Amino acid sequence: MDIDLTEEQQLLKNSARDFFEKELPKEVVKELEVDPLGYSPDLWRKMAELGWCGLTIPEQYGGAEFGFLELVMLLDEMGRACLPGPFFSTVVLGAPIIMAAGSEEQKSELLPKLASGDLVLALALTEPSATYDASGIATTATADKDSYILNGTKLFVHDAHCADYILCVAKTKVWSTPEEGISIFMVDPNSSGITITPLETIADDHQNEIIFDNVVVPAENMIGEVDHGWPVIKRVLEEAAVAKCAEMIGGCDWTVETSANYAKERVQYDHPIGAYGSIQHYLADMWIEAGMARRMTYFAAWSLEQETPCSAEVAKAKTCVNEAYKYCTRMGVQIHGGIGTTHDHDIGLFYRRSRQAALLFGDTEDSLIKIAQEMGL
Amino acid sequence: MDFNLTPEQQALKAEFDEFFKEEEKRAPEGWVGGFETRFENDDNWEYYRSCIDNAAKKGWLSLPWPKAYGGRELSYIEQALFAQSAEYHRVPAIDVHLSIVSAGILAFGSEEIKSEWLPRMAKGEIDFAQCWSEPNAGSDLASLTTKAVEDGDDYVINGQKIWTTGAHRANHLFILARTNPDVKKSKGLTYFLCDINTPGITVRRLDYMNRTHVYNETFFDDVRVPKKNIVGEVDNGWYVTMAGANFERSGAGGIAAMQRDMEDLVQFCKEHQRGGKAISQDPMVRRKLAKMAVDLEKARQWAYWVSWQQSADPWAFSEPSAAKYFMTEFMVRMSNEAVEIMGLYGTLKQGSKWAKLKGKFESNCQATLGFTIAGGSSETQKNIIAWMGLGLPRMK
Repeated sequence: MDIDLTEEQQLLKNSARDFFEKELPKEVVKELEVDPLGYSPDLWRKMAELGWCGLTIPEQYGGAEFGFLELVMLLDEMGRACLPGPFFSTVVLGAPIIMAAGSEEQKSELLPKLASGDLVLALALTEPSATYDASGIATTATADKDSYILNGTKLFVHDAHCADYILCVAKTKVWSTPEEGISIFMVDPNSSGITITPLETIADDHQNEIIFDNVVVPAENMIGEVDHGWPVIKRVLEEAAVAKCAEMIGGCDWTVETSANYAKERVQYDHPIGAYGSIQHYLADMWIEAGMARRMTYFAAWSLEQETPCSAEVAKAKTCVNEAYKYCTRMGVQIHGGIGTTHDHDIGLFYRRSRQAALLFGDTEDSLIKIAQEMGL
Repeated sequence: MDFNLTPEQQALKAEFDEFFKEEEKRAPEGWVGGFETRFENDDNWEYYRSCIDNAAKKGWLSLPWPKAYGGRELSYIEQALFAQSAEYHRVPAIDVHLSIVSAGILAFGSEEIKSEWLPRMAKGEIDFAQCWSEPNAGSDLASLTTKAVEDGDDYVINGQKIWTTGAHRANHLFILARTNPDVKKSKGLTYFLCDINTPGITVRRLDYMNRTHVYNETFFDDVRVPKKNIVGEVDNGWYVTMAGANFERSGAGGIAAMQRDMEDLVQFCKEHQRGGKAISQDPMVRRKLAKMAVDLEKARQWAYWVSWQQSADPWAFSEPSAAKYFMTEFMVRMSNEAVEIMGLYGTLKQGSKWAKLKGKFESNCQATLGFTIAGGSSETQKNIIAWMGLGLPRMK
């Protein structure tokens, strides 16, 4: 049993931390929150040049062919940096769908461009039903000669506004059980009939509504086998949950460190507030929750790499990290007192992100339901 | 990163499991496992003693010790495997006092102390009870006032200790007493080993809130302890005490015990009906059980990390402190949740007509309160994390 990071993983993590400390000040993060594009193409290019866009893409397609754990190293530091932009949508959601289900032709066409950072993807899965369950999908794709006609509304879609392609998950067979009859389509967002409207969200993370009104998609743009898209999506959702955990533990660590440092500096009643038991005990609890969240994330990530069923491990990790991030950020604001509630201070970035991340790819209630199922109750 | 056990570790685990599976079969009718049960009546104590004897015959009481003293130099991870296997099977083969004293002796004891005590401890001949806390010295242990005054070849000890676990069953004590009142509190203490039958020692029963007899007060009236029974140097006892915390403290054993208890609880939920349905189908119950499963996994993953860390840095305090704090608080939480889930049945004591699961959780929800207080209270553990882990200032 060897449960520490490898030297390589530690190096990757350290270099990512250095990169973001230099390239992404929090002031820039705040500016990008209210910017229509929402990210810096210049920063994107730099990340691509470091090989990060192709980190997990096979070497034969121009990637670095690292594993999921190495991606976790990057995501950890991205969470700490509050990195805006379509990295998660492209590298965690989009590319793995192509890798898992794409034809050789599609992989040869798309993966090299993904690896070089020349392609941005968005995953349009969720709808007004606001669930990650297959039963929430009402968008239809009707076969019509050598095309499919897409109709429906997708909601809470990150980065649809800047994607080169939207991966749309739709029902190709309406009269079936929810998990059957689902297919995945690569859609040009400039197609006629598509309307993309930005949503305003707590984390300013550039989510969108997409309306598909009789959108024609060539049949060859289907990714994977018709009607058999759900297993691919299911796997990607589990990876997405743990990938989101990776971002969240980065945010937890920033919050605990920053709050502890503040407690050492801030003096009231002639003592640093960090000398008072109440503050010390908040921080001790935060340190523990952040630490356990990290261990749970690594275990879930490792379990995913083993490619054995690990829904319970993923759900437990997501539950733990959801609650830890929300707790750490809530208490972090409390420790900072008044300034913690300002836009000026950076801790608000993390508080807002914690509320959002806890609900992405497995909220605590859904996760607990899954865990109970897996317990064989 | 690899969470799998090595083939050697797997073989060791299998060896432990096979042994403890057999030992479990011999448990007395009223046996429910857990730490305090062994002290409660003669049948339980006899079972505990026989388990210790059997483990001693296999050389398993000295697993982490250096080979030179009869040990197998097992790593912290391997010690954790031993604890997990024993506790999952509810077999009392671990004496935490043995771990504490042997760690102190190995760190600071003279060759004479080592050769006189370690072999007997390895054979399971010694049942220690701990004489540290006093009525006025709990969390602030270093402020203790029990005196030890030099007199010829002995020290004469006078004072009172409290929370002496199992003193009514023990044959030996390990005592922290003040030998120098003129220096800083923690610098004037000495660590003594002593036979409980030494004249002047009186053990008085303390009743726990559920009337079980686990803890005692121990009174010392001119008790003569030979100098050769001092572990380490005179006035250096505090550091011997600190070193006594240097054994496997990941909580792996406790986690295994709770795993077993949870399995019993799940089984109860599958069998017990309300409104014509098993309560395991009730979303409220499912949610509680799922939350328990998450907490158990958090404790488990942290335990692996503590074991791993302890191997790299035995003097890291924050991680084991977090393990102790989280585990014990979870034990209180879990036993109380279990009583709630069981409803009115949760309140029936072991031995009562209609009692389920041998009244395990009725007893646990009381016994576990002592765990968030003893061994460094939850507040103390958080202080350690704050001061040593996060570098926060201590108020003078």
